Amino acid sequence: MENNSTPEYAITTHDLSIHYGSYTAVSGVNLNVEKQKIIAIIGPSGCGKSTLLRAFNRMNDFVPNCRVTGEILLQGQNLYGKDVDPVEARRKIGMVFQKPNPFPKSIYENIAWGARINGFKGNMDELVEQSLRSAALWEEVKDLLQKSAYELSGGQQQRLCIARTIAIQPEIILMDEPASALDPISTLRIEELMQELKKNYTIIIVTHNMQQAARASDYTAMMMIDDKRSGGVIEFDETKNIFTRPKDKRTEDYVTGRFG
Amino acid sequence: MIRKTFENEIQQVKDEVLLLGSMVEHAIIASVEVLKKRDMKGAEKIIAEDKEINKKRFAIENQLMVLIATQQPMAHDLRLLASCMEIISELERMGDYAKGIANINIRMGEETLLKPLIDIPRMAQLGTGMLHRALTAFVKEDVEAAQSIPVEDDEVDALYNQIYHELMLIIIQDPRSIERANWLLWVAHNLERVADRVTNICERTVFIATGEFSEIKSSDDEFWKGQKK
Repeated sequence: MENNSTPEYAITTHDLSIHYGSYTAVSGVNLNVEKQKIIAIIGPSGCGKSTLLRAFNRMNDFVPNCRVTGEILLQGQNLYGKDVDPVEARRKIGMVFQKPNPFPKSIYENIAWGARINGFKGNMDELVEQSLRSAALWEEVKDLLQKSAYELSGGQQQRLCIARTIAIQPEIILMDEPASALDPISTLRIEELMQELKKNYTIIIVTHNMQQAARASDYTAMMMIDDKRSGGVIEFDETKNIFTRPKDKRTEDYVTGRFG
Repeated sequence: MIRKTFENEIQQVKDEVLLLGSMVEHAIIASVEVLKKRDMKGAEKIIAEDKEINKKRFAIENQLMVLIATQQPMAHDLRLLASCMEIISELERMGDYAKGIANINIRMGEETLLKPLIDIPRMAQLGTGMLHRALTAFVKEDVEAAQSIPVEDDEVDALYNQIYHELMLIIIQDPRSIERANWLLWVAHNLERVADRVTNICERTVFIATGEFSEIKSSDDEFWKGQKK
């Protein structure tokens, strides 16, 4: 990195572990996620990628028996602190899922609804337009705002979900396999969009598609399970290093397709 | 093994690089042998065979491109395939040096050699020996060997230095020998370059194995420093 100033972190974790009952699904994660960067989490199935991602917006709260130890600091503030309202915390951390999940409402309402619930008092038309523009969808839907979101293609629906996330103005956007249900062109659109979005947001993306991690992210966290079946981050580095000169043999085996 | 097909294809590429390397080794040794005998037909054969070397290089390049496009190599695989691109181009240029020597032979026409060839064949032996071991180190990804081979360039440079001064002396004594001396100087220069390019191959081998780009110090810089302006 040419810039030698100390980076600002959007998220920092200290010895973060996630347990289901007596089983530790993810253990000992120490990550510094720089602001306005894209971080990819890769690793074989069952290594705890999605579990880790969900911990970043307290979605595991809904899972009975799930317990988080260690710390997640969201700009210095403990995300799991006693005084933290999970609903308020989730507002700062948007999430986009594998399958596009628009509300069964109009395109306009898909964006306006969440904002309204969150007490948005400004000009709603402007917010809708701005969010759709940020998600690179405005030109395609500006004359269809009152149509059902279900009339859009899968790729458009996914961008609508991203627009809906942006409308709440989060600080971080989590993406769990956001393009795995999309065709290659829609996939590339999402990846291009991520490059635009990182000017304002920090993005953490879980992906099975290594080419996608290589193309779209600045940093990559490689996860793998240990002999106790607990997942952990075994290597975290700039993406270009992970894919050209990984340090850990297991990362090497995974990115070259020799794992398993 | 999960990627058996890919690994077989990588092995094939390595074999092809070795084959190209042995064609080049042969061409270099033959070019000097043929010069020693002033064998015109032999020289023409070397020039014709250089076309085969070039063809082989393009065939390997194509093979590499297809592998990169279809297999999406990463990490070690990527370093290996990208480095092979570089290595085959070094080999092809070494082939050109052999062709250059054959061309000198033809251009000399009826002229006799200015002096019996003793040091020049030794340069060819040393250079091709280095090349052979550099390619063995490449195939085995033997970092230690790759790092030790370039030092041998000292000996090649010393011979070149010796030939250079010898020829200068002959020129001073008899300026009519300028052209014939110059031919031999060109031959020696071509052979000196062979050893330099071996260093580049060794650097690639270190990169493939370790991921580190490092310049292996050859004595070349010192050689030029030793020369008076």
